[in-house]
Amino acid sequence: METKSNNWEPRIVAFFCNWCTYTAADLAGVSRMKYAPNIRVIRLMCSGRLDPQYVMMAFAKGADGVLIGGCHPGDCHYVEGNYKTLRRVTLLERMLHDLGLEKERFRLEWISASEGDKVKKVVNEMVEQVRALGPLDMPGRFADWDKEMEELEAHVNHSQKEIPAHVH
Amino acid sequence: MSTKPKIGFYWCASCGGCEESVVDLAEDVLMVVGAVDIVFWPCAMDFKKADVEAMPDKSIVATLLNGAIRSSEQEEMAHLLRRKSQVLIAYGSCAHTGGVPGLANQFTREQIMKYVYEDAPTMVNDKKTRPQTHFKEDGRETELPQLRNVVRALDQVVDVDYYIPGCPPTPKLLKDAVLALLSGKLPPKGSVLAPNIAVCQQCKRNDSKPQDISLTEFKRPHQIIADPEKCLLAQGLPCLGPATRGGCDAVCIQGNMPCTGCFGPVDNVHDHGAKILSYLASTAAGKEQKDITKTLAGIPDPVGTFYRYGLAKCVLRGKVS
Repeated sequence: METKSNNWEPRIVAFFCNWCTYTAADLAGVSRMKYAPNIRVIRLMCSGRLDPQYVMMAFAKGADGVLIGGCHPGDCHYVEGNYKTLRRVTLLERMLHDLGLEKERFRLEWISASEGDKVKKVVNEMVEQVRALGPLDMPGRFADWDKEMEELEAHVNHSQKEIPAHVH
Repeated sequence: MSTKPKIGFYWCASCGGCEESVVDLAEDVLMVVGAVDIVFWPCAMDFKKADVEAMPDKSIVATLLNGAIRSSEQEEMAHLLRRKSQVLIAYGSCAHTGGVPGLANQFTREQIMKYVYEDAPTMVNDKKTRPQTHFKEDGRETELPQLRNVVRALDQVVDVDYYIPGCPPTPKLLKDAVLALLSGKLPPKGSVLAPNIAVCQQCKRNDSKPQDISLTEFKRPHQIIADPEKCLLAQGLPCLGPATRGGCDAVCIQGNMPCTGCFGPVDNVHDHGAKILSYLASTAAGKEQKDITKTLAGIPDPVGTFYRYGLAKCVLRGKVS
């Protein structure tokens, strides 16, 4: 897919858990660390709350990448939540790959509340990788696929106008 | 002229099983045929497209259209029947969610054409001839429909009033829908005419389903002789019942086969496959990446398993190429 404008910037949707990664992102902020402004963070109470639908919808609505951040294994505030994340992400990663998405577009990282610098590193890294891949632009692709339908609908409606309503 | 409500049936990209399911009404088919006037049903009765074109708009009370929309011809018929029908019903998995034909969305049109007309082992086509949409010889001109870029569910082409799910729908669902149509007691537009509950809720084995399922191995139906009383998931078979709409009375599970998801999602689920993935993946035992990966390797084809009937309605609509 071609870049529609030269101003394209990667858009990455990040799902961070409240107790670890979101707090780490907060720490990165108050520590005045600078990192790429391309992520839109959505706070979840636990990375285990991440419904795979959210990831699919993010891509379908125009995200170029999706980043998930949770507590390190063994550190989950809800004890087992991040293990569920790991199981879902493992299969989702494979499925997204089968659906043709490059693996760099989808990433899971364990980032604890004290690892503000890791947030910076991971985000910067991912933004650069996605930038190198270029836009995913699913909405644009859908519009391209559906262009083929416009002409036919007009044709049916046009040919039907000639039939008077009083027949039968 | 008959004053009975006019009904139409049409068939697009599908296997014919949906047409069969109408006949599966058995003696109830007499009730249906007696109560309505079938004005279009190319599979069973001699009507032509021109007959439909000549009908006034909205003169058909309801059209039940089965099959996905793959070609320009099917798309044209969908538009035409939409125009002529007061109520348009997507009948069966293919019209509802793209069905098995929707799995073709893992390939581009060019990949499909190249395989079918050049690379298939049974194909001899040295000149690499491909079907053309227009062909002229000796002053005669013929037209063929065009294969579209992607397979679409009916509601991705025209406005749809109701959905009857299933591959194929059960006779009970069809009968209930016809009775609802005749009595005028239809639910809000856009409804799926099947209960908004999961298959598990109708499954006789639900009591044997453990609160927590933790599997170290996924099995395929031919690898085990499943206990006919016990929850199939608990036996390691990937049954899609927990994330699939019921209304089928869990007939497949009654036949000792796992649910493959033909009724699609329940209301408020945007992506059926993602929802199944969410559930099935979380049943994998272990906390280490290598254990989890090994268990989940038991689902070798997640797209084909989770979107067997619904790739066209997956929010990504198919493979990104």
